[in-house]
Amino acid sequence: MGARAATGEWRMLTLPRFNWVRPRTLDALLAHLDVHAGESLLLAGGTDAVPNLKHRLHEPRYVVAIGSIAELDFVRQEADGLHLGPLVTLDRIATDARIRAEFPSLVRAAGLVAGPQLRNMGTIGGNLCLDTRCTYYNQTFFWRESLGFCLKKSGTVCHVITQGKRCVAAHSSDTAPVLISLGAQVEIANRAGRRVVSVEEFFVPDGVHNNILVPGDVVTRLFIPAASRGMKAGYQKLRPRASIDFPMLSVAFAATVKGVCESGSLVVSAIAAKPRTINGVDELVRGKALDLDIATALGELAFKQCQPLISIPYDQAYRRSMVPVFVRRAVLEAAAT
Amino acid sequence: MSTGKEIPAGRTMPREERLTPPQWPGGRAAPPQGEFAVIGKRNRKLEGLAKVTGRAIYTDDITLPRMIHAKLLRSIHAHAHIVSIDASEALAMAGVHAVITGRDLPGYYGIIPWTEDEQALCETKARYVGDAIAAVAADSELLCEEALAMIRVEYEVLPAVMDVETALEHPEWQVNEKAPKGNISKQVQLEFGDVEAALEGSDAIVEAEYWYEGSTHAPIEPHCAVADFDATGFLTLYSSTQVAHYLHRDLAKVLGLPTQRIRVIQPVVGGAFGGKSEPFSLEFCAAKLSMVTGRPVKILYTREEVFYAHRGRHPMRLRYRTGVTRDGKLTGVDARIHIDGGAYSSFGLVTTYYSGQLLSAPYALPAYRFDSTRVFTNKPCCGPKRGHGSVQPRFAFECQVDKLAEVIGLDPIELRRRNLIGEHTQTVNGMRVTSNGFPQCLDAVEKASSWSSRFRRLPYGKGLGIAGSMYISGTNYCIYPNEMPQSAVQLRLDRSGRATVFCGASDIGQGVESVLAYIVCEELGLELRDIRVVAADTDLTPVDLGSYSSRETFMCGNACLDAARSLRDRVAEAVAAVWECGKHEVSLSRNIACCTRDPQAKCMSVREAFQLAEARFGTLGAVGWYQSPKLGGDYRGGTIGASPAYSFTAHVAEVDCDPETGFVQVKKLWVAHDCGRALNPVTVEGQMEGSAYMGFAEALMEEQVYKPAAPGHGAGLHHGPSLLDYRIPTSLDTPELESFIIESIDPEGPYGAKEAGEGPLHPSVPAIANAIYDALGVRCDRLPFSPPRVMDLLRANEGKAQWERARRQVSGAC
Repeated sequence: MGARAATGEWRMLTLPRFNWVRPRTLDALLAHLDVHAGESLLLAGGTDAVPNLKHRLHEPRYVVAIGSIAELDFVRQEADGLHLGPLVTLDRIATDARIRAEFPSLVRAAGLVAGPQLRNMGTIGGNLCLDTRCTYYNQTFFWRESLGFCLKKSGTVCHVITQGKRCVAAHSSDTAPVLISLGAQVEIANRAGRRVVSVEEFFVPDGVHNNILVPGDVVTRLFIPAASRGMKAGYQKLRPRASIDFPMLSVAFAATVKGVCESGSLVVSAIAAKPRTINGVDELVRGKALDLDIATALGELAFKQCQPLISIPYDQAYRRSMVPVFVRRAVLEAAAT
Repeated sequence: MSTGKEIPAGRTMPREERLTPPQWPGGRAAPPQGEFAVIGKRNRKLEGLAKVTGRAIYTDDITLPRMIHAKLLRSIHAHAHIVSIDASEALAMAGVHAVITGRDLPGYYGIIPWTEDEQALCETKARYVGDAIAAVAADSELLCEEALAMIRVEYEVLPAVMDVETALEHPEWQVNEKAPKGNISKQVQLEFGDVEAALEGSDAIVEAEYWYEGSTHAPIEPHCAVADFDATGFLTLYSSTQVAHYLHRDLAKVLGLPTQRIRVIQPVVGGAFGGKSEPFSLEFCAAKLSMVTGRPVKILYTREEVFYAHRGRHPMRLRYRTGVTRDGKLTGVDARIHIDGGAYSSFGLVTTYYSGQLLSAPYALPAYRFDSTRVFTNKPCCGPKRGHGSVQPRFAFECQVDKLAEVIGLDPIELRRRNLIGEHTQTVNGMRVTSNGFPQCLDAVEKASSWSSRFRRLPYGKGLGIAGSMYISGTNYCIYPNEMPQSAVQLRLDRSGRATVFCGASDIGQGVESVLAYIVCEELGLELRDIRVVAADTDLTPVDLGSYSSRETFMCGNACLDAARSLRDRVAEAVAAVWECGKHEVSLSRNIACCTRDPQAKCMSVREAFQLAEARFGTLGAVGWYQSPKLGGDYRGGTIGASPAYSFTAHVAEVDCDPETGFVQVKKLWVAHDCGRALNPVTVEGQMEGSAYMGFAEALMEEQVYKPAAPGHGAGLHHGPSLLDYRIPTSLDTPELESFIIESIDPEGPYGAKEAGEGPLHPSVPAIANAIYDALGVRCDRLPFSPPRVMDLLRANEGKAQWERARRQVSGAC
């Protein structure tokens, strides 16, 4: 038991002891990370990080509040596309008329995150980097101690797949599936320089840490290319309540339609650690109209490729049976835009 | 006549005559003079502004000089012997003041004197994940947590009992060694009339099994206690409780202090709903730690701990057989009920009776029996939640009525009308019913919902459902047997023109302090701002049993009415002597005293009238108290469910279901409630809305459930002890609601008032279930009606076939 104190894991919903760092520039942030990358937690809006700290899911030596770094807070509509700073709040995206005109599914997804207070604080960068969620993980220290901990944090067993060797906590960001469906890219900076990857490549199928960021990396920009402007796009979210809840299934669909479909992208998430981009969508939709038949066919296609796990409620059979329904609704929503 | 088969046991109290409240000319339902000036008007609540401006002082707002904090160490096992506890490392930490364990508080307590089976800290074994086993006092909460982590507990894990079946199959895995045998907490078998004969004489019988899932209160304010044991050996305890008096008694018992050396103060409470109606570990531990350290000690439960403290709605399995004749007369009910009690008794003895006793109105049941068994399991203890013990059987029964109506092809409202019990009568189990506005409740919701043109006529996916209920306005008997008043008020007037009401009543947000103020205003002609209510402080206020069983308006209101009216008499007499008129000619209203015969000439302020009275009679004070008449059936348990008055409610629910996803959206609730007389329609409506929404939440979302054992972990983990995972509806989810106040004017209530805080919850759940049937043709006999469950029912039910059959059934009958 004494060992628990030594690892810094405590009970109940106080915040743990940590050092608070508040850089004003990206350079200052990177300089801090250069020395303390492995023992720092970045905190933007704090809507995910703070409860996770209280649950002792993160036990950093430094909590680095990046909210005051002005150069990470921008919305730029340019000829090549939409550039978003990671500190842009979800509320701003959800209420921005120009973004709505060009990327309605992004606006819809941002507006469906949690509730108004959390969207005021929560950022698009934070939503992209949202920690994966699991009913055995997003619990207090006491609860997890009673459980015997789990693969994702402090333990060795996965309680979702008992023999599993890999964490299957669910990717739970509302905006990420939409960003993938729109072909968005993410810019990552560290002391060595900057690199750009597609949002799809940003995620990896590991629930413990489901993206490619390594200590020292910072997301500095999101970019949706001009080619995605005016795509027919929709987003559907399964959740028990009309507010607050994380998705129990999420579906983003986007298609380039010129009379008929030229191409399409369908992403289903909240089923595993990585959003699933459905294969074979282009082949199915090319040359077709976005109608009920194609929406139904896309639903069947997705159903075959999606196996939700019980890492989050409701049960997997129900959530799987909802895949074709929510895909169809997302496609028909896109058609109506 | 009641013919309870259970043999009356030796009574534990003598049947001497009870105190009888005074009689007033014109009765208690009438206004003191002419028309009501305050009662029945839309007044604000006394504490409303303080709450919305952040000035109200809740327990956690209290910080005393030198105060330290404490936290509880909780069991990580559902069932385990505590072999040893070593707190030496924790005690050695700087800033840690004390650690106590079960040995420091060995006394057993329990809200019901016959089932005292709890200790503040488990001494020998833990009975659920989260059961408290030690407490640490330290300079800060964080330090407490750090110290808790240093306490070494050696457990010997025992088999865990997670459900009713296991509890009954494995009596040797005894959860609570105070159980009379095995894991049985309480069994009640009562029969009234000849049920078998009644059912045999029926034209149709419906038999079904229902499962009512457990749920918790989820008050927004967590439990909190601040204890201050001073150098003279006097203990003051501030606590977020709804039963200051019972807490006072149990503190004395467990701490070994005389009751007169303890003061319990209930600050403003941020919601309770039954979840704070008995003593909890934190109150004893804060007090004990204050005694040990000589410092004031605060304990604030985390949200997670509130889920473990629980005392919420009991999960119940209810098997019902109900009969009806072809012409729509209910014949009899045979109910078998299993109740999952969790690890301790709490109010479980009463719950077990309530699971049957409160079903005998508003419908006349010629024959009725129930066989209820409450068992102990290794889970947080269940107890009273709004509508204690009777919400679950009401759900089953009202669904049964809906099914019977369909079988005989009768409109379900019409079937209910053919079985009304009426007013000033007695139920089959010996409960006296006085006023009864249930027929008007049915009329109101039927009309408002356009029932007759829409029931069974809406398109697939949309539907209407009806249900009714009754509930008590306080229980007739105190939890510990005695013949002292159940409520009391001391009222003080003075020459400043101010009145102060001292009462033990607990305002937990329902508005009893406001009710007392309205009564004093009405009687003495004062304005609301001139009334001060000093409540729920055992040093300052007379004993009131607390806020439970919907008793405060009826009982404390009556006590207050008596005190105020006797002072009114004195004031009127003093003024009448000056004006040389009759006492009955003196009017006190809106701050003016006048002679009704000559109001222009004979007129003064109420303050001046008080001064005349004070000069004539000396210092002005009066007491009032309430003691209910002796009521109930003459059989063991016959007093449980007996109330001086019953409220009645009817709901119609309209749902819009998505047959593709199983989502049920409640579009609207029409709620009609007979509260006797609405002393303030705003607060009555508030209670109706809050109740109906709470029932709606239980119907669709809430479930206090636990994970069974799995290869990687033990049993008994709460599914998600947080307000993210334990889902209560948001404002976007709650339906539109229309409330209709029905005023039956009860002869014994204050100005005719009855309860409004719990009754209106009951019909929500069955009305929604019945509406889902109208919409989809599936019977939701198991709570909650979650989307996966509705989808499973739809799949098992050949889609729309049953829905179409149900429509033909009613159109054929119409």
